[in-house]
Amino acid sequence: MQVKEEFKPTIVAFCCNWCSYAGADLSGTNRLQYPANVKIIRIPCSCRLNPMFILRAFQRGADGVILCGCHPGDCHYTTGNYYARRRMTLLFSMLDYLGIERERTRVEWVSAAEGAKFAATMNDFVETVTKLGENKRLEDLRCKSE
Amino acid sequence: MQERVKAKAIELLESGVCDRVLGWKAGEFFYDVTPAVFTSREEIEKEFVFGPFCGANMSKYLIAESRKEGKKVGAFLKPCDTYSFQQLQKEHRIWRENVYAVGVQCEGMCDIEALKAAGIKGILGAEGSGDTLTVHTLYGDKSVERKAVLAERCACCKSKKLLGCDEIVGEQGEELESARFEQVAKLEAMTPDERFAFWRGELSRCIRCNACRNVCPACSCEKCVFDNPNSGIENKAASNSFEENLFHIIRAFHVAGRCTDCGECSRVCPQHIPLHLLNRKFIKDINELYGEYQAGADMDTRPPLMNFQMDDPEPSVVHERGSDQ
Repeated sequence: MQVKEEFKPTIVAFCCNWCSYAGADLSGTNRLQYPANVKIIRIPCSCRLNPMFILRAFQRGADGVILCGCHPGDCHYTTGNYYARRRMTLLFSMLDYLGIERERTRVEWVSAAEGAKFAATMNDFVETVTKLGENKRLEDLRCKSE
Repeated sequence: MQERVKAKAIELLESGVCDRVLGWKAGEFFYDVTPAVFTSREEIEKEFVFGPFCGANMSKYLIAESRKEGKKVGAFLKPCDTYSFQQLQKEHRIWRENVYAVGVQCEGMCDIEALKAAGIKGILGAEGSGDTLTVHTLYGDKSVERKAVLAERCACCKSKKLLGCDEIVGEQGEELESARFEQVAKLEAMTPDERFAFWRGELSRCIRCNACRNVCPACSCEKCVFDNPNSGIENKAASNSFEENLFHIIRAFHVAGRCTDCGECSRVCPQHIPLHLLNRKFIKDINELYGEYQAGADMDTRPPLMNFQMDDPEPSVVHERGSDQ
């Protein structure tokens, strides 16, 4: 008999190469725990994140998407994260307007020195999404592999 | 008004300023007026119309027309068209020196569905200027208040100002106080579940005909992300899918900060999806978060999504907004 497994959400974390990706690395070298269902995707800068990436991740079965980038003012390319901030604000507001749970998306600024913050953020985000349950409103059955 | 516009079109051709004129031509029915290029006096006299159903926004066609060789292209632009016209110039899409723009004052365009809903049967045609329209029907002529049959976008008209034209037919108008965000605010006040149900109801009717994209002046990229045949989402999906939502979110996002709110997307939608509510949500958010901005209203300000302030609100404002909802 199959035992029903506990729900483990799939989380996609887009991390900027210069700060947050290094922050994730630091949390690893510091042996700080964060859930294994966080899939990190490295992007050159937080403003590389095309809104389509987020929606495509949801279509393909992600339960939560988080964007991590350098703190505003610390962008490697000087201003990238300021543009990303405006875009994500508007996109999240639109998702909320369409009735999609707003806790499924998040932006967090994590610097290369903040390994502890990275782990804490991921733990918190996974917990929030686990409470929300499976993503049903944004999935596309044609795009899901399995 | 129609006679004045027609006379102007003929004058433009015969004086040699233009060798072609962009205007409206009656389609199969009196209400499906289509944009057309006129090159001779005879054509204009026979086919040119300007009446209560000339909703088509002419600015988009100027992208291709202004790049052609020859003399200037004459274009008739209503106030909303002039906003798109300026916005497209700002994006270097229209070659201004090849266009002779004639502003035409607009009294508000009518919606055939509203005419039918008003209980008028056997409609053969409608005309008139001013507050009352004369509707020709199988059972004789009837008069209708223009206000009662206006298209939604015209009932909450944002501006009657004609911008950046070489010449104006009719009177220059003013920016208006409009209640165009009322419906957006109403939706915002709903619970997420109600909003989701509302948008599922609307967007699941989408047949992915791409009419909204094809008619939108802001959607004039030479290559569109939705034309990718390998995306796996290029056509209609099952009804329980997110696919139509993705299409409409991304389309609205791609025109955010550039959409002048001309309302063409909703006008052409064969399924009557209120697509302007998506664009207006972005406009409303931009106004509230980053300061008032009207796309196309001027030639020199930076579009809000190509700009930033050090103290912009964090994306978490969305999460904090009315946590009881």
